Amino acid sequence: MIEGSIWRRWVFFRLPVAVFLIFLLFPFYWMIITTFRPDGELYRPWRAANYTPFWTWNPTTAHLKYLFGETTFMMWMWNTTFIAVVSTAISLVCGVLAGYALSRLNFKLAGLLGTVIFVTYLVPQTLLFIPLSEIINNYRIGDTPWALILTYPTFLIPFCTWLMMGYFKAIPKELEECARIDGASRWQAMLYIIIPVAVPGILSAMIFAFTLSWNEFIYALVFLSSPEQKTVPVGVVSELIRGDVFFWGPLMAGALLGSIPVAIAYSFFVEHYVSGLTGSVKG
Amino acid sequence: MATVTIRQVHKHYDDFHAVKGVSLDIKDHEFIVLVGPSGCGKTTTLRMVAGLESITEGQILIGNTVVNDLPPMDRDIAMVFQNYALYPHMSVYDNMAFGLKMRKFDRDEIRKRVENAAGILGITEHLMRKPRQLSGGQRQRVALGRAIVRNPQVFLFDEPLSNLDAKLRVQMRVELKKLHQRLATTSIYVTHDQVEAMTLGDRVVVMKDGIIQQVGEPLELYNNPANKYVAGFIGSPAMNFADVTVRESGSALFAEGPGLKIRIPEAIAARMGNLKDRPATLGIRPEDLRMAGDGDSPDITFDAVVEVAEQLGSEIILDVSAAGAQMVASVEPTVRVKPQQKIKLAVNSAGLRFFRADTEAAI
Repeated sequence: MIEGSIWRRWVFFRLPVAVFLIFLLFPFYWMIITTFRPDGELYRPWRAANYTPFWTWNPTTAHLKYLFGETTFMMWMWNTTFIAVVSTAISLVCGVLAGYALSRLNFKLAGLLGTVIFVTYLVPQTLLFIPLSEIINNYRIGDTPWALILTYPTFLIPFCTWLMMGYFKAIPKELEECARIDGASRWQAMLYIIIPVAVPGILSAMIFAFTLSWNEFIYALVFLSSPEQKTVPVGVVSELIRGDVFFWGPLMAGALLGSIPVAIAYSFFVEHYVSGLTGSVKG
Repeated sequence: MATVTIRQVHKHYDDFHAVKGVSLDIKDHEFIVLVGPSGCGKTTTLRMVAGLESITEGQILIGNTVVNDLPPMDRDIAMVFQNYALYPHMSVYDNMAFGLKMRKFDRDEIRKRVENAAGILGITEHLMRKPRQLSGGQRQRVALGRAIVRNPQVFLFDEPLSNLDAKLRVQMRVELKKLHQRLATTSIYVTHDQVEAMTLGDRVVVMKDGIIQQVGEPLELYNNPANKYVAGFIGSPAMNFADVTVRESGSALFAEGPGLKIRIPEAIAARMGNLKDRPATLGIRPEDLRMAGDGDSPDITFDAVVEVAEQLGSEIILDVSAAGAQMVASVEPTVRVKPQQKIKLAVNSAGLRFFRADTEAAI
């Protein structure tokens, strides 16, 4: 908190925070206002006398009705949820186990292995999708959810592994040693002591992995083709932009509804998630 | 309860030889303290007994069983760690019960043991709390309780008091001593604090650079240190050392240094015949120094210049320069001296110790 007179608090704290908040929240506001704005107002030229870009007097649900009635939006939501949940689950299991092994089992080349895993995370998806699409075609899982469920872990596992490695390293190793002296095997010590203590870290990894796969675009665009198989980010873009015509209302309605699950996930776990990031384990 | 036998144990890390052939016989019910500066191998030795570090060479026996290849869970030991290592997600009760649950004790027995241990340690009213809601001293008790409930063959303590503040440390030290008198479980205790070592240990093991310097009862270490290192490590304030040369004068031997000529008592002189005209190290404990009076023979006195006088109430600690070295003297609280004042100090001849200049072994 800024100390001192009132004007200092305004100039150095409240004003900057306000500017920052406006900057941050404006896109969401724009999404909401566009969702409920009738077409007549949406395509009105900016020189028109009654041009009101920041609010509307005639809110309408026509765009939402269009989205649910004329597109397969509900399918997209279901696809996205299914793919995000399953690929997050796979990545978490692998990431937690790998992170534990790399940070706790002192085997040769552990450091090198960790680095290699990290490097795979750095390979850009825009390069990887070409060989991956070849593999997916060979296994004949193109245009099914499995095309994404099996490819998302290629970047989610390295991500989870590194996040969990850092978290496990912050847990004092005496906890585990004590458990092993107390009569637990290495496996039991991990299960009963280390993993429960690492729950905040696991939750942050989960939220990040879920968000990354929820928002993923390139793989979804390349590996899925039929409208009813698509995920929200791809479906909205490919079905609601036809040629150079942007269906702004339904587009924004789709974006708004698509961002709600992620927002819920964040707010639900926010406390754990923050303590996971700051890595606080107190004995 | 059991004996612990350590036979010629070595520990190598990649290119670091941490423990160099340590051998130690720990008797049943004994409280033994490993003491030494950090990096001396005391904690490594303890962790090898616990099974947390592999043993490069040698054998460790608990009772009559060689435990070199037994995992920690099968050694029937309990360990208290410096940072307590309490499981943060479990209540105090569950922390203490964990070891018993892992060993498949039945519920009633677990409850009985945990409540009993909590009663001994005075933490009964905290059983349902989480570790983070406890103070440092209470956490320490929980860590102890977790060790007690298991009723193991051996207790291992790895600097358990060093995270506590000074006052609490003294209090817990007394409690540990009482606890050992009550349970009489064989205990190995690691510390870098020589006061803890002296007050707690039935026997104390002084280590340095991975080698045992001396093993003995506390007073034995204090009165008959095996070498200069042990002499300097045990006792507070530490023993004073001065470089001297052994000279014969008349029928007696004298230790001579710059501004210092002290007659060597005959009991020691008898062992120093072959050191005539050779260098040696003289050791005097601060408590064997006093202000010289008129009746003191010049054979046991020397000049000193006061640098600092620390008034502790029960005594005064004088930091002086004498015989070309810095010395500390513990004198009567009635003495009044000023900085830079020249004084005469007298030694208690029985307290003189001599060490070889080359090997630093006691003479």
